[in-house]
Amino acid sequence: MQRRHLLQLGLGAAALPVQLWAASADTPRLLVVFLRGAYDAANLLVPTSSSFYYEARPNIAIARTAVLALDTDWGLAPALTDSIHPLWLKQQAAFVPFAGTHEASRSHFQTQDHIELGQPDDATSGHRDFRSGFMNRLASAIGAGAPATSRLEAMAFTDQVPLILRGGQPVANQALRDLGKPAINAQQAQIIAGMYANTRMAGAVSGGFEVREEVSREMAGEMEAASRGAIAAKGFALEARRVARLMRERVTLGFIDVGGWDTHVGEGGATGQLATRLGELGKGLAQFADEMGPQWKNTVVVVVSEFGRTFRENGNRGTDHGHGSAYWVLGGSVKGGRIAGEQVEVKASTLFQNRDYPVLNEYRALFGGLARRMYGLTDAQLATVFPGASAKDIGLV
Amino acid sequence: MRHLLLSTALVLTLAGCASGPPPALAPAGTAAQDSLWLDRLTYGASRTDLAQVRTLGRAAWLERQLRAGAEALPAAAQAQVQALSIEQETLTARVQRLEAQRKAADALTDDAAKAEAQKNYQQALTKLAREAATRQLLHALYSPQQVREQMTWFWFNHFNVHQYKANLRVAVGDYEQGLRDRALGRFRDLLGYTAHHPAMLRYLDNDQNGANRINENYARELLELHTLGVGGGYSQRDVQELARVLTGLGVNITDNRPKLKPAQEAFYRRDGLMEFNPARHDFGEKQLLGLTIKGEGFAELEQVLDLLARHPSTARFVSRKLAQQFVADDPPPALVERMAARWQQSDGRIADVLRTMVNSPEFDASLGRKFKDPTQFVVSAVRLAYADKVVLNTGPMLGWLYRLGQAPYNRQTPDGYPLDENAWAGPGQMTTRFEIARAIGSGSAGLFKVDGEAKDRPAFPQLAQPVYYEGIAPRLTAATQQALAQATSPQEWNTYLLSSPDFMHR
Repeated sequence: MQRRHLLQLGLGAAALPVQLWAASADTPRLLVVFLRGAYDAANLLVPTSSSFYYEARPNIAIARTAVLALDTDWGLAPALTDSIHPLWLKQQAAFVPFAGTHEASRSHFQTQDHIELGQPDDATSGHRDFRSGFMNRLASAIGAGAPATSRLEAMAFTDQVPLILRGGQPVANQALRDLGKPAINAQQAQIIAGMYANTRMAGAVSGGFEVREEVSREMAGEMEAASRGAIAAKGFALEARRVARLMRERVTLGFIDVGGWDTHVGEGGATGQLATRLGELGKGLAQFADEMGPQWKNTVVVVVSEFGRTFRENGNRGTDHGHGSAYWVLGGSVKGGRIAGEQVEVKASTLFQNRDYPVLNEYRALFGGLARRMYGLTDAQLATVFPGASAKDIGLV
Repeated sequence: MRHLLLSTALVLTLAGCASGPPPALAPAGTAAQDSLWLDRLTYGASRTDLAQVRTLGRAAWLERQLRAGAEALPAAAQAQVQALSIEQETLTARVQRLEAQRKAADALTDDAAKAEAQKNYQQALTKLAREAATRQLLHALYSPQQVREQMTWFWFNHFNVHQYKANLRVAVGDYEQGLRDRALGRFRDLLGYTAHHPAMLRYLDNDQNGANRINENYARELLELHTLGVGGGYSQRDVQELARVLTGLGVNITDNRPKLKPAQEAFYRRDGLMEFNPARHDFGEKQLLGLTIKGEGFAELEQVLDLLARHPSTARFVSRKLAQQFVADDPPPALVERMAARWQQSDGRIADVLRTMVNSPEFDASLGRKFKDPTQFVVSAVRLAYADKVVLNTGPMLGWLYRLGQAPYNRQTPDGYPLDENAWAGPGQMTTRFEIARAIGSGSAGLFKVDGEAKDRPAFPQLAQPVYYEGIAPRLTAATQQALAQATSPQEWNTYLLSSPDFMHR
């Protein structure tokens, strides 16, 4: 995708004033969506050619007749009919099955931490740095975010800066779910900023007010639209639209998380608990794509989750903690309409520990390959983002 | 007053005899300087503390704080603590009750009923952690033993566990209470306490660590984060050997004991929920940090903890962390060395190490320059606003701490929350702090809403009180004074004061 601009900056990127590079309209945007709770990938990307799938899930399998066929082996959950399937047809959506981390504790927290830190799997190979998430190191490598005085480039759309974005680069965070009017009005903001004018926090304070102001302008736009009778977006769709507005205008590296995937009980199939959740997610992401407008061509969205779930349904018509997941890759310039990465036939003998999808596409290699394509990073730069991993380009962009 | 001064002097002399040279008396300062000094050692100078420092002097105030007294909370705060369900039950009873609830939920066959029961179980766990946080905040706000509260927070963070791992929400309150009891004592006792507490054993997976199925997680953090520190002179081999020492040390929440061979019976240990199961222990000889550890079961651990607690790297690593918390993000190495030396001389007596730190010129020179972390910011703001009126609901404070990213017991990773400014002074954080300053400054903010009542009971933040005029106002910068002068209402004035760089530092 938009590599030219970045290659021009080349290795000197980090040394250049960040504002210049942030201002460029065609800077690639990356949004990482983390599905916390481990979503059941096998009921999103249905292995329709596997009779084992139908044997293993007598109550929750999605029938071949119900899925949206993607190719001869895979079908998409019908919950995504109006949202992600159209992107697939436009070749703007790809899926990477058997994706994840080799960490196999099957603990939500441990595995989420592990993925967000993006440090070597082999704990004996060195010291883990709990203060450094891989997206922060990526921000560093591509020169986004730097000083507190810069416009805010890397941003978590969450209440707290998540592990994935913690580290040396200052990162903004602002949850966009429930936005009230700014509690501090413009005049008060000016007076408060005045108190900090001659302190080392001057940039952080004025930068923070600036973002809040921007968000509130977007809010005003929403309210105006609503008053003209437009159907207001709700829930994640609304949040995703807000994210898009910020990513369109100023944020190049974004992160958001979505919960509610830990479907141990009564997961459902073509409809039901998981399908509803997937429907909301898909709708939000489709709205995100729409709201990005002309910038959609410079944007990549990657949807990840800490691990997959047991391939066989459990005694409660749900699924338990598993291993391999399926990642989604969406974007205007994504080489979509295909199932990417290493694959294996889905049958009992190929399961990991006879219970879960194996991990054939390790997330660090996958993100590394993506970052190389998107930002033209060198091996040396990639090694700072994902130490000890070799990037693998599976041609996603 | 003379009598009081004399008896204090006597105590000081005695304390001096017991623990080395008597502390140098800090130079008498102005009230503003003393309040700044107190801000660093408390959750904000209170009128009582400031009066004590003014009359008795800093050294005497510090000695009172470092003594293991049990001064009670104000009655209104104590009553709230006593009403909490976590105060009514032992940890063992609580864990067993919750476990029964979990099993009953899992046994249900109807999907909807089961989902509902599991949700109830999760909510019960969350309520327990919330109660613990309530107790923590009430202590932070109103305990006369402010240094102990500062240190309780420090130790929880040092020996961090995360409430959302497994069922730890049930145990964080108990874990914290034990740290509070030991907060100013010997490091060895703190270390032993955490090593035996089910919260730690479960958080760092030592309950999964058995002979021939080693889990190194706790062993690694014990060396890297709890004692020696990175670069403290241990190798991967030491981690592996320590993991072998730790085999068999775990958690048993039932009343049953494992079936053991007769030869193993004598090695079995049980203390509350902690269990040392000799059947899971590796009784082979270990080599750790140059020492040979003979296979003696539980006693090996005690031997190793002695070794780690007395190790010079531990003295230096933990002293540096203390100085990071209380002096500067990058503390002066000479100060850290003196603290570490005191640590070694006193066999890790934390009160002694703190005294060395507080009485140092480096400490004095750093006053007013340390950026408050979110907890310090939120607690000090509420403490200033409601010094004389105990809040009835800490829920809003918890909400603010979640927004600011430093909620109690909520650091996922074992390194604890960062102690440096960089982690907390980003743009989003600052904006959120100003909004919280406004919430606190503008009215009762939910802090006086009692469950079951529709509205807050009447309350209004009283920032402009004696401690402000005496301790804070004289040291405000010109820019802050200018902002305060532009306030058009008491609410706005409060907002500006709590938002000011002067208030954000301590």
